[in-house]
Amino acid sequence: MIALRPDLAVIAQHVAPGSKVLDVGCGDGALMLALRDERHCDARGLEIDPANVAECVASGLSVIQGDADTDLAFYPDGAVDYAILSQTLQTTMRPRQVLGELLRIGQKAFVSFPNFAHWRVRLSLLWGGRMPVTPQLPIAWYETPNIHFSSIDDFRALVREMDVKVEDAWFLSGNQRRSAAAANLRAEHAIFLLSK
Amino acid sequence: METAILTQSETLTLPRPLALDCGRSLEGVQVAYEAYGSLSASRDNAVLILHALTGDQHVASPHPITGKPGWWARMVGPSLPIDTDRFFVICANVLGSCMGSTGPASAAADGAPYAMRFPVITIRDMVRAQVELLGALGIEQLHAVVGGSMGGMQALSLAANFPERTSAALIIAATARHSAQNIAFHEVGRQAIMADPAWRGGDYYAHGKGPEKGLSVARMAAHITYLSEAGLTDKFGRNLQDRSEKTFGFDADFQVESYLRHQGIAFTDRFDANSYLYITRAMDYFDLAEEHGGKLANAFAGSSARFCLVSFDTDWLYPTTESRQIAHALNAAGKPVSFMELSAPHGHDSFLLDVPALDRVIAGFLRQ
Repeated sequence: MIALRPDLAVIAQHVAPGSKVLDVGCGDGALMLALRDERHCDARGLEIDPANVAECVASGLSVIQGDADTDLAFYPDGAVDYAILSQTLQTTMRPRQVLGELLRIGQKAFVSFPNFAHWRVRLSLLWGGRMPVTPQLPIAWYETPNIHFSSIDDFRALVREMDVKVEDAWFLSGNQRRSAAAANLRAEHAIFLLSK
Repeated sequence: METAILTQSETLTLPRPLALDCGRSLEGVQVAYEAYGSLSASRDNAVLILHALTGDQHVASPHPITGKPGWWARMVGPSLPIDTDRFFVICANVLGSCMGSTGPASAAADGAPYAMRFPVITIRDMVRAQVELLGALGIEQLHAVVGGSMGGMQALSLAANFPERTSAALIIAATARHSAQNIAFHEVGRQAIMADPAWRGGDYYAHGKGPEKGLSVARMAAHITYLSEAGLTDKFGRNLQDRSEKTFGFDADFQVESYLRHQGIAFTDRFDANSYLYITRAMDYFDLAEEHGGKLANAFAGSSARFCLVSFDTDWLYPTTESRQIAHALNAAGKPVSFMELSAPHGHDSFLLDVPALDRVIAGFLRQ
């Protein structure tokens, strides 16, 4: 099988086998397939792009076309063991509400997002004076679906404010792990495991 | 394209009376059906296709009256999305229709056609007849039930009311309840039929000629609801029919008028007006939540089937909001459900036409 994106691989490794999972913004279903086939999870998905949904259904996955900002409200409380939001938080209209919804629906939530305070982004803004276009954030400002950028420290502050518990966290630069202390400067991606 | 291998074209007479929602029951109900492919030894590869309002059992075989290819010949056949090399595909004419299954044109016990003596039936009654057919064919559980439009309503009803009968349900361009607008359009059609003097209170069978004008108008009105405005504009615009100027009269000056008139007249060759009244009534009465204490999620409590709902962005008859609502209800009931809105220009009729994304979804969903 095709290797998972590094942040998805981290999530796949840490989902308890046999659990019930909701992947919000599941894309083409790569993580759901890995969870279903390798960890025997009951995986469901929510995805905004109909072409991706059709792809998922053609692979036998159960995916609903919908929008994380509006359609999470239809999921019952505690419906799944894990709600997963990978690389989607920054595209939502109301990230704080979406995080709240994830932890209402899931006992735990995995959230991964690109770190806007990575040194390359900082340099680009500092020296170039332009909104950064990097391998991780490859789309120009006027076309990007990313509307709510945050740094790892911003996210930490938000979960503190929401009184959400950080069960675990992983910080990645490509495939390399970065320490929690250096993460805000050196990690391109962060993955948090949260609980209420 | 290879043609589907028709293995059976039969009419089953139900051995026992069919009890109906209205409280009456029907004796000697006939169910005309076709089957394609072959049933596996373990009887686990059956796919039941449920047809729409004016559809019939000729899903992938030529229509006996019009000679046109089956209504879903593009979907059902060897190596097609509903693969007859792999599945035993069944399609039966619905109760109340006029293509071989018992309906208002059928003979009652006294030998005369039922006409308006035929009981008012429901979508669930149609499904009861389908389930009797499955019993007669020795199929305990379907691999999947598939339906578009009214076929989708039957698929929902089957999954909700006979949950042990199917392990998957694919519902295309359908709704869990008829809206006021849906009922309103149907009422226009029914009134057109009943206003035609040739309808004679439904007793036209002995007079050689039925309410063809009324039925034709009903079909014209309904046909508009099956298409999108953009589709009509693309196809016809304001183009004139075989003339260069308006005639200042009431001939079919516009192409769209000529097209609708043709659709209306062609329809009367193949469809019984009373069947049209009864089947549209059944659709109007359909409200799956109402049958289950007002909560749609409750309708699916006993089901362990996988569900897939598909809507089309240009379908204003059963718009996406209807399918999404069903998906949310299934989700609330904890059922495995997929839902997507596909983009297609053809309005409600998209489910019958060339939409490659639909082919992929159907093939993928059935492959599991």
